[in-house]
Amino acid sequence: MEHYDMHLTLKVWRQPNGNTAGDFKIYEVNNISSEMSFLEMFDVLNERLINEGEDPIAFDHDCREGICGACSMVIDGKPHGPWAQNTTCQLHMRAFKDGDTIVVEPWRAKAFPVIKDLVVDRSSFDRIIQAGGYISVNTGNAVDANSLPIEKKKADDAFAAAACIGCGACVAACKNSSALLFTSAKVAQLSLLPQGAPERRTRVLDMVAQMDKEGFGSCTSTGACEATCPKGISITNIAKLNKEYFWASLTSE
Amino acid sequence: MALDSKIPAGPLENKWSEYKEHCKLINPANKRKLEIIVIGTGLAGASAAASLGEMGYKVKSFCFQDSPRRAHSIAAQGGINAAKNYQNDGDSVYRLFYDTLKGGDYRSRESNVWRLAEVSASIIDQCVAQGVPFAREYGGLLSNRSFGGVQVQRTFYAAGQTGQQLLLGAYSALERQVALGTVTVYDRHEMLDIVKIDGKARGIIARNLITGELERHFGFAVLICSGGYGNVYYLSTNAMGSNVTAAWKAHKQGAYFANACMTQIHPTCIPVSGDHQSKLTLMSESLRNDGRIWVPKQKGDTRKGNQIPEDERDYYLERRYPAFGNLVPRDVASRAAKERCDAGYGVGTSKQAVFLDFREAINRYGKVECGKHGIENPSEEVIREHGLAVIKEKYGNLFDMYAKITGEDPYQVPMRIYPAVHYVMGGLWVDYELMTSVEGLYCLGEANFSDHGANRLGASALMQGLADGYFVIPYTLGNYLANEIYNKPTSTDHPAFAEAEKNVADRISKLMDIKGKHSVDYFHKKLGKIMWEKCGMSRNEEGLKEAIEEIRTLRNEYWNNVRIPGTDKEFNPELDKAGRVADFIELGELMCIDALNRKESCGAHFREDSQTPDGEALRNDEEYMYVSAWEFKEAGDWQLHKEELNYTKLMPTQRNYK
Repeated sequence: MEHYDMHLTLKVWRQPNGNTAGDFKIYEVNNISSEMSFLEMFDVLNERLINEGEDPIAFDHDCREGICGACSMVIDGKPHGPWAQNTTCQLHMRAFKDGDTIVVEPWRAKAFPVIKDLVVDRSSFDRIIQAGGYISVNTGNAVDANSLPIEKKKADDAFAAAACIGCGACVAACKNSSALLFTSAKVAQLSLLPQGAPERRTRVLDMVAQMDKEGFGSCTSTGACEATCPKGISITNIAKLNKEYFWASLTSE
Repeated sequence: MALDSKIPAGPLENKWSEYKEHCKLINPANKRKLEIIVIGTGLAGASAAASLGEMGYKVKSFCFQDSPRRAHSIAAQGGINAAKNYQNDGDSVYRLFYDTLKGGDYRSRESNVWRLAEVSASIIDQCVAQGVPFAREYGGLLSNRSFGGVQVQRTFYAAGQTGQQLLLGAYSALERQVALGTVTVYDRHEMLDIVKIDGKARGIIARNLITGELERHFGFAVLICSGGYGNVYYLSTNAMGSNVTAAWKAHKQGAYFANACMTQIHPTCIPVSGDHQSKLTLMSESLRNDGRIWVPKQKGDTRKGNQIPEDERDYYLERRYPAFGNLVPRDVASRAAKERCDAGYGVGTSKQAVFLDFREAINRYGKVECGKHGIENPSEEVIREHGLAVIKEKYGNLFDMYAKITGEDPYQVPMRIYPAVHYVMGGLWVDYELMTSVEGLYCLGEANFSDHGANRLGASALMQGLADGYFVIPYTLGNYLANEIYNKPTSTDHPAFAEAEKNVADRISKLMDIKGKHSVDYFHKKLGKIMWEKCGMSRNEEGLKEAIEEIRTLRNEYWNNVRIPGTDKEFNPELDKAGRVADFIELGELMCIDALNRKESCGAHFREDSQTPDGEALRNDEEYMYVSAWEFKEAGDWQLHKEELNYTKLMPTQRNYK
C-alpha cells in the first residue's frame, strides 16, 4: 500500500460544556500520514494544541478496535465518517485526499446532551436497557446450557442483533433522532431466544416507553440508521420490534 | 506481615465445596445494610456487582467510561474455556486444571486454578441463561473450537466477539439490578484512593470526571476489578483508558503487588506502522489454527510475500516445534518471532514482522469443497475460489479488520504480524478468598495475580473474570462481612475520609501546578520505550538495572515538567491521563525490580541468562518456586515477601512443545 502525506483543514465543533454555546473552529494540520487512524490524527493535533497552550479537543474513545462503541463523531455529515460499516477509531486517513477540508461535529440529539466538544452523554441508552433489556435470571442455578437447544438460524440471528455496540450512530443519523434501531436490536435478540420468552411483552412495552421518555424521536422508516450502523444491524430488527410491540399491546392486561 | 493464602485444608478436589459448605452466611435483612463498592465494570466487576446486588447487598459500581458496557473485556475475541466435555474428547476438570497450570509454567496457585476449572462449566450455563448467543451446531447444541496449548475442544465462542457478548450479558444483569435499586452505577468516575479505618478498607475517594469534584463513598468492603496494566508499555492491545490506578492506590495503602513483571506478549498482532501509532490491534489466536507462520530463508529479502517460492520459506515454528507447530503457546511463538526478526529475517518496511499465511489452507479447503460439489479436475483458480469462501466464513471479520488497518488485502497477500503486549499475569496479591493483604479490600479478574502463573493460555481470561465475579466472591465476601454486621456504617465525615480526600486534592493540585513543557503522552511514550526495550519480551540483568535508573530519572522529570491544560474542575481527559501515567511510572520501576529479582525464565518472563542450550526458557524451581509479593514502603522502595508454591496434584516438569 502506497502511503502519502496530507495537509488538511479541519472544522471542528468546540463547546466548553453543556451550558455554553458552541461553534466551529478551524485548524490546519500538516504531515498527516495516510496510514494514521482518524483519532491518531486528532492525537497529533491535540499534542500541538497542548504545546501551544490551547485546550485540546475532547472526544470519547477507548478500545480503538471498533468494538467498545465509545468513539462518536459526525465527519462530513456522516456519523463515523465516510467508510461503510465502520467506527471512527477504525477510519484511516487514506479515506481523505491531500488538501481536503473535513467538518467534525458531535452526535446531535436531544437525548444525547453535549458534555464538551465532541463528547456527549449517552446514559439514556443504559436507562433503556434498565427498562427491560435483560433476562431475569440470578447467578448460580442455571440449568445445563445444552438442556435448551436453539435452532442455529435463530441463534445466528440473535447474534447478529446482539452485535450492536451501543455507539448511538443510528440516533445521530436519524432525522428524528430515533433510538429504535438500538432498542430493536436488544428486543429482537431476546425475543428470538427461548430464555427471553417469559418477559417478552413487558420488555418491549417498557423499553419503548423509556425510549420515548428519554426524548428520542419516532421512526419513520427512512433507513438512515441501518445505512450508518458500524455493525450492520439490520432494520429487520425494527420490524421484529414492531411485531412484538403490536402483539404485546393487544395481549397486555 | 506474613502471607497467609488461607487455602482450605483437605484434598484439592474438595477444597472449594468444603469451603462453600462451611463459610459464614448473612441473613437477607442484614445484607441490605451492607454497602459494597465495586471498582470497574468489566467481566469481573460487572458480574460481581450484579451477583452481589441479586443477593441483596447494596452495591455501588464505578467505571471511568461513559457506560459499564464499554469496559475493555468487550474487545476479547476468541472464546471462553469450560470443562464441559460436550465433544466427548476426554475433557475434564482435571485436564483444564492441568493445561492451565502447565501453560502458566507452574507459577500459579494450585488451589485457585483447580477452583477455576471446577466452576468453569457453570459459567457457560449462567451465560446461556442470560441470553448470550454462543455459536451453535445445526442440532441446536453449543459449538466448540480448540485454542493454543491444548488438545481438546473446550472453547465456547460467539464469532470473533465472545468478550463483547459475555460482557453484555453481565452488563444487562447489572442494569437489571440498577432498575431494581440494589446497584447504583457511577459512570465517568475514577477511584483515586482507598480509605482505611482501623486497618480495614472502608471506602474510597472518587473523582467525577465531568465536574472534577471529589466524592467520598463509604463501603464495608471494596472490590478492585479494574483490569490489567499493559498500557505501562504505551503501545499495547489494551484500551486507551486501561490503567493501573485503582490497583496502584490499593498497593500504596498496603495491598501487596505480586509477580509484577509477568507480562504476556501476544504473537499475532498487526505490526506498528509509525511513530504516530497509539494502539495495537490483535489478530485472534484462532488464526493460528489455519495460518502458517514463516519468514524468508534469505536474510534481508525484500521481495513481496507472494513472490517468494515455497522452498525459500522458513516455517520456523513447524521446524522448531514439530509437535505443536503453529499452535505453540503465546510466549513461545512470540519469542520465536522476535528471534527471527532480530537475526535479520523480518519482513515489511520495518523488518519487525513475520508472515501469517493462509495460502496452504485456502488450497486445502478449496480441494475439499470442490470434492463436496463434485467438481472434477478443478483448475487452481477454481480451487482457490472455493477455498477463499471457506476462509471468509471462518475468519472474515478478522480479515476485514486487517484490511481496514493496513490497507492490504489479506486474501491476496500474507498478513504481516508481530508480537505485542496483551495481558498481565501480575497484579494485586490475593488469598484464596480473593482478599488482598488489606482487610476488606478484594481484587478480582485480571487485576489480581492468582490464576495464570507466568503465562496465560488462550480463552482463559474471560473464564477467570467471570469465575471470580459470578461464583467466587458471592461466597467469600459473605464470610468476611458476616463479622461486619455488628458495625455501623462509618460517616464520610470521619477524619480518615477527610484526610484521604485532602491527599487526593493535593496530588491533583501538584500535577496542575507543574505547568511544564511536555504533554503527558510525551512521558508515556518514553516510559513505554524503556519498558519494551528492557523489560519486554526478553530481559537481562544489565538492561533491567539501566531501566530502573532511567525510570527514576523520568519520574523526576515528570513531576517537574509535565504540562496539563485546562483546570481540574471541568471535563479534562488530559488530567485523568496525567494521574494514570504518574502511577504507570512508579509501577514500571517495580516491574523491573521484580524482573531483576527473578533470575529464571518462566512463561512470559524470559531472562536471557536462564535458557537451555537451544534457546528455550529455563525455569529454576529450586530457587524461584514462589510468588513475589511486593510491599510498598515509599516511592522507589519495596520489600519482597514470598509465597511458596506447593503442588500436590501434579509435579512441575519442564514445558516441552517439541
